[in-house]
Amino acid sequence: MAAPLSVEVEFGGGAELLFDGVKKHQVTLPGQEEPWDVRNLLAWIKKNLLKERPELFLHGDSVRPGILVLINDADWELLGELDYQLQDQDSILFISTLHGG
Amino acid sequence: MCEVGEDYGEPSPGGLQPPRPGREQKCVKCKEGLPVVVIRAGDAFCRDCFKALYVHKFRAVLGKSRLIFPGEKVLLAWSGGPSSSSMLWQVLQVRLRRPQGAACGQSATDRAKTLAEMKQVLRALGFPWHIVALEEVFGLPPTVLRRPAPAPGPVGTGPAYKAAVDHFLQQRCALGAGREEQLSHPGPREPQSPAVLPTATQTEALCRLFGSVKTLTAKEELLQTLRTHLILHVARTHGYSKVMTGDTCTRLAIKLMTSLALGRGAFLAWDTGFADERHGDVVVVRPMREHTLKEVAFYNRLCAVPSVFTPAVDTKAPEKASIHRLMEAFLLRLQAQFPSTVSTVYRTSEKLLKAPRDGFAAGPPGPRCLLCMCVLDVDSADSATAFGAQTTSHGSPTQPPVPEAGAARGPCCCAWMGRPHSHREDARARVIEQLCYGCRVNLKDLPSLDCLPPYILAEAQLRSQRYLPTLGGLGGGFWVSIPTHLLPPGPGPSGRPRRTWTAMRRPGWVRAEPTGRQEPAGAPSPVCINKNILIRKLQSTWGRSADPRRAGGHGFLPQQHAGPAGPTPSPAST
Repeated sequence: MAAPLSVEVEFGGGAELLFDGVKKHQVTLPGQEEPWDVRNLLAWIKKNLLKERPELFLHGDSVRPGILVLINDADWELLGELDYQLQDQDSILFISTLHGG
Repeated sequence: MCEVGEDYGEPSPGGLQPPRPGREQKCVKCKEGLPVVVIRAGDAFCRDCFKALYVHKFRAVLGKSRLIFPGEKVLLAWSGGPSSSSMLWQVLQVRLRRPQGAACGQSATDRAKTLAEMKQVLRALGFPWHIVALEEVFGLPPTVLRRPAPAPGPVGTGPAYKAAVDHFLQQRCALGAGREEQLSHPGPREPQSPAVLPTATQTEALCRLFGSVKTLTAKEELLQTLRTHLILHVARTHGYSKVMTGDTCTRLAIKLMTSLALGRGAFLAWDTGFADERHGDVVVVRPMREHTLKEVAFYNRLCAVPSVFTPAVDTKAPEKASIHRLMEAFLLRLQAQFPSTVSTVYRTSEKLLKAPRDGFAAGPPGPRCLLCMCVLDVDSADSATAFGAQTTSHGSPTQPPVPEAGAARGPCCCAWMGRPHSHREDARARVIEQLCYGCRVNLKDLPSLDCLPPYILAEAQLRSQRYLPTLGGLGGGFWVSIPTHLLPPGPGPSGRPRRTWTAMRRPGWVRAEPTGRQEPAGAPSPVCINKNILIRKLQSTWGRSADPRRAGGHGFLPQQHAGPAGPTPSPAST
């Protein structure tokens, strides 16, 4: 049984357009059976935060290629990508590299 | 082969994928710090090493090229996006000993707010800056499309580079210290043009232009072209001989593949290379070409580089909305599974040559495309025949059935004589025959040329009056006969795909006598072969030959004397 988590989810590089233009979201993830990992977080974001065009943010289980994910200012590839277990007060940043030049 | 959408599943253990780096590893460079970013395939860097590497790459790319000289005026093209913002930041950090200006482009959305943000960033930079709105293309002069001779700047590689730099600096000192001070003044300067926001008429004209373009692909290409012209104009007006753009490695790889799909294969070296000298006096350099988008995004985050987000024509467009988007999705998905994809494509672009190896450059340069200003890769006279007929949508019952593009059937006047032409169709044909293959195909998605900015139409008009008498000579193209062994085997392609390499036309009057290959009289088969390779081979044997037939082809060409019969075709030569 995972306790509720409070994390900060931030969007940049144009990804905020899919979230009503709001860049920073302080979210409280409800307690649930399984521990919260990034995979579950993405599903939660899709259900609760994403306002439009899920295919521009998600691709299957993971984020769309071209979207960079930073967890506490570190590359998520170093932390296990989707399998990283979220901690309280973590900061997850999604930067879209696809837009702009 | 790889397919988009195909799921490759988990990588096989010990197979193609390198082992994933974890946090327990140390930075690959200093072996001490905690890694924060993975770049390339599996290299984890700590914060400081990553920053150092990033800046080092920028300096190395500039230093290696030996194109930029101390004290030279350089214009930095800033779109507000992360890559060009990062480039601006780099220039600031590296403190290049040269005066820079920043020119940024804007499109018509959320203007005031974006403008305010941009001004804030630009003021903080300390460079002189100019904000140009895209609407200003409607006020550009036709001289933008002309290619002046390159300025006699210093050139040199190797040991000659240092001597060239010294010479350059001495020349600048001779011009006067006062001017030097003015150029290197660090204080921010307000833009030269007092009216930054464009007029409503211009905005409306721009909206009409982009509204009339049928496909997103053509819109994006048109936007790119107009932006380039605008930046060129700013650079020339303010005396900048170099322009830096923020094209990253990822973007250039996508651009390379997209250009191939758009029929711009002949110009890949200019579109994706480090230096683009097609404009003559202004050279466009791409110092960010060794950085991937991931590195740029990470660096911008680490160093809090300010950037301004502006929605573009393809914002929120679905994946298959345009060729650019499709190619981007394809490459990035492939990159996710095979991390060396982008760098492989990018490295290929580095190997592209600009000039053919054997002294073809000794001949006079051909005419240039009206829009992209690259040397034309199609025979200008094609506009009178099959391809041009398809492009300009001429229809006439008296016209013989049009064969595959590139084939010449009988007198090429068939497309022109025997029916009245409207002024509009003439104007369109006039513009199209001055475009390269890629630009022609893009222009097919623009039903009416009236919406184009006036400088394009004016220059097209001018060139059609200037170039026509010389089309049969050295400028526009030439008839050659093709020895058998240079032809592709088998019959000519029947269903020629729309976007392919250029076709060389076979003349009717000089015919290679191929062994075992029957040519019906007056109807040579189309040939798809790289024109430059062919020209080199032929010139080494025969040199150029004028086509006397062309005199009768166009209704408006002066009658030319029947030239020499040309070289005797000899299939066994070369």
